[in-house]
Amino acid sequence: MKKKGAEILIECLEREGVEFIWGIPGGQAIPIFDALYDSKKIKLVLTRHEQGAAHMADGYSRSTGKIGVCVATSGPGATNLVTGLATAYMDSIPMIAITAQVPTKMIGNDAFQEADVVGITRPVTKHNYLVKDINNLAKTIREAFYIANTGRKGPVLIDLPSDVAKAETEFVWPEDVVMKNYNPTYKGNINQIKKAAEEINKAKKPVIYAGAGILAAVASKEFKAFAEKTGAPVGLTLLGLGCFPGTHNQFIGMLGMHGTRTSNLAMHEADLIIAIGARFDDRVTGNLAFFAKNAKIIHIDIDPTSISKSVRADIPIVGDAKNVLPELTKQVTAGKHQEWWAKINEWKKNFPLAYSKKGGLKPQFIIEQIYELTKGKAIVATEVGQHQMWTAQFFKFDTPRSFVSSGGLGTMGFGLPAAIGAQFGNPGKLVFDISGDGSIQMNIQELIIAVEHKLPIKIIILNNGCLGMVRQWQQLFWKKRYSGVDLSIQPDFVKLAEAYGAAGMRVTKEEEVKETLEKSLKINDRPTLIDFRVAKEENVLPMVPAGAAITDAIDYKDVELA
Amino acid sequence: MKHTMSVLVENKPGVLARVAGLFSGRGFNIESLTVGETEDAAVSRMTIVVGGDDMILEQISKQLNKLIDTIKVIDMTEKQFINRELALIKVAVNSGNRGEVMQVVNIFRGKIVDISSKTFTVEVTGTDDKINALLELLLPFGIKEMVRTGSVALTREWQKEEPKKR
Repeated sequence: MKKKGAEILIECLEREGVEFIWGIPGGQAIPIFDALYDSKKIKLVLTRHEQGAAHMADGYSRSTGKIGVCVATSGPGATNLVTGLATAYMDSIPMIAITAQVPTKMIGNDAFQEADVVGITRPVTKHNYLVKDINNLAKTIREAFYIANTGRKGPVLIDLPSDVAKAETEFVWPEDVVMKNYNPTYKGNINQIKKAAEEINKAKKPVIYAGAGILAAVASKEFKAFAEKTGAPVGLTLLGLGCFPGTHNQFIGMLGMHGTRTSNLAMHEADLIIAIGARFDDRVTGNLAFFAKNAKIIHIDIDPTSISKSVRADIPIVGDAKNVLPELTKQVTAGKHQEWWAKINEWKKNFPLAYSKKGGLKPQFIIEQIYELTKGKAIVATEVGQHQMWTAQFFKFDTPRSFVSSGGLGTMGFGLPAAIGAQFGNPGKLVFDISGDGSIQMNIQELIIAVEHKLPIKIIILNNGCLGMVRQWQQLFWKKRYSGVDLSIQPDFVKLAEAYGAAGMRVTKEEEVKETLEKSLKINDRPTLIDFRVAKEENVLPMVPAGAAITDAIDYKDVELA
Repeated sequence: MKHTMSVLVENKPGVLARVAGLFSGRGFNIESLTVGETEDAAVSRMTIVVGGDDMILEQISKQLNKLIDTIKVIDMTEKQFINRELALIKVAVNSGNRGEVMQVVNIFRGKIVDISSKTFTVEVTGTDDKINALLELLLPFGIKEMVRTGSVALTREWQKEEPKKR
């Protein structure tokens, strides 16, 4: 049967199992939206900004493991997706972006709403396509989904000129994806696994350093079995949170700049670091010159380019955690490491995550309250900044895909749309967006989507009247010269929420926190926004200053004394 | 150290931009890059000469491999290989030194492919070392213009030993 390009696109998306598309139409995108109009399987969600659409698709992906899809028109619509694509790319999130393009004959002519989208998005996508021939369209879409969701995952963009969307051809669904040059490695090399097991069995002070690769590989179960058999302490990256239970007794906390002192000291003292699905990011390693000098390094990752990029691996294993870990678990002997744990437990005792209760309503207290009230059973999205780090520190994530946050790119404005995407993908679940007064204003327009679709998201604003993380750096490292961080002139967030049709609440005292949160949990037909007026000068601690060794953290007591 | 990488890629639009973008985006330096069709019209071969330490070279090679359009990456430097570059050099000459320039060019088995009252245009092929040596000898006469293609390379059929594995 003959079909139009746009119809082929929608049919392919349906066959790929797409449930939602987030996006905004425009002149060149009308054919695509026209085809969407007839789809019974795909729900179109009209966002208010394309960046919101990209983050919604991303939040849906992160929270469900399925592939989120967003769509935008040519030119400004497409360029508005760029931040969302870069966010997903940095965190290896599978996503498909469809952009309309001016007709093929006009490409390169500076046509109205034309932009070189394939050129602009090349560095922020895993791969991208400009489809100039309708006969390649179905194959391209198949490939795009395959590429996005295999190997090290990532966003793929398809740029579709409107004349191709309107042209007709015989539609044939390509049953198989044939890509002879793209073959990600899933199974680890047997000899390398054997070597790794030998090192693990020899180690006296092993540390497991795991990241979002465990989540991407859906290998939490395999990972837990491995970790429990080795008996080694487990430190996680920001994005790895939830891949191993935050309440597990082998968990020593988040690693890196705002990680626990215990996890950083353990990495420093270790004689063996077992890195799995993590990439030795600078926020984790601190100054490389001092990083883990006495440790051998086993690095398991699906992406060969991640291995020995910043830290040389002694035993590299290219493969995915789901395949490699069971094999490795078989070959390691059960360990207890009592001496090592004695030391770790002493660190735990001496350097707990803590904060001073003095000086007003404390943001950390609010996170603790949310954790207790929900018993941790929630999907928590965050924006980027202090609130994000407090969430990572004080909320214990026990289940995979319960923490949704922009790690690599650090995109403010990510949380609200991501929470919306997560709620679409998890209709029965409790979804939070923990935010700051700076970040929330970066995509606040998407609040209306939650109202329109009756999504009962809880938006928590930890409102300190400033861009807190930058203020913190200025306080600690820039002689308190608070340049460009004051947000004291701000909208009345409660009224703003109400203007959108959401419930708005405000909390200024500690004793109101619990009851207000409880009240918000009862609201099921619309989003709730709670404006928490928190202590302005509260800092995220411990903190390893940028460029310092991970052992040189500033703790909350140091700041209190100063 | 300088490495010569031979990269087989799909012969289609945008691939060169991806490769070039990979180098610029990650701060790697390209010394030279040539690209052309191979025996298979669907495949292009890029010969890229790059500098850097082992860790950078390993990254470059892995990043090139990671591109969806890349078919194969060969680090020639680990093997026996033939590499050639072509240069066209326009040298200033006068009635007094024409003979001397011709002698130099002959020794390098170059050809004079264009001639005017004031210039010779010399065509020479060889390794970049050879071309550099010729250039040094021609420099005193005055080089008006020059163009070099960058290296192209193929592995030798005969290899001394198994190439070392990374």
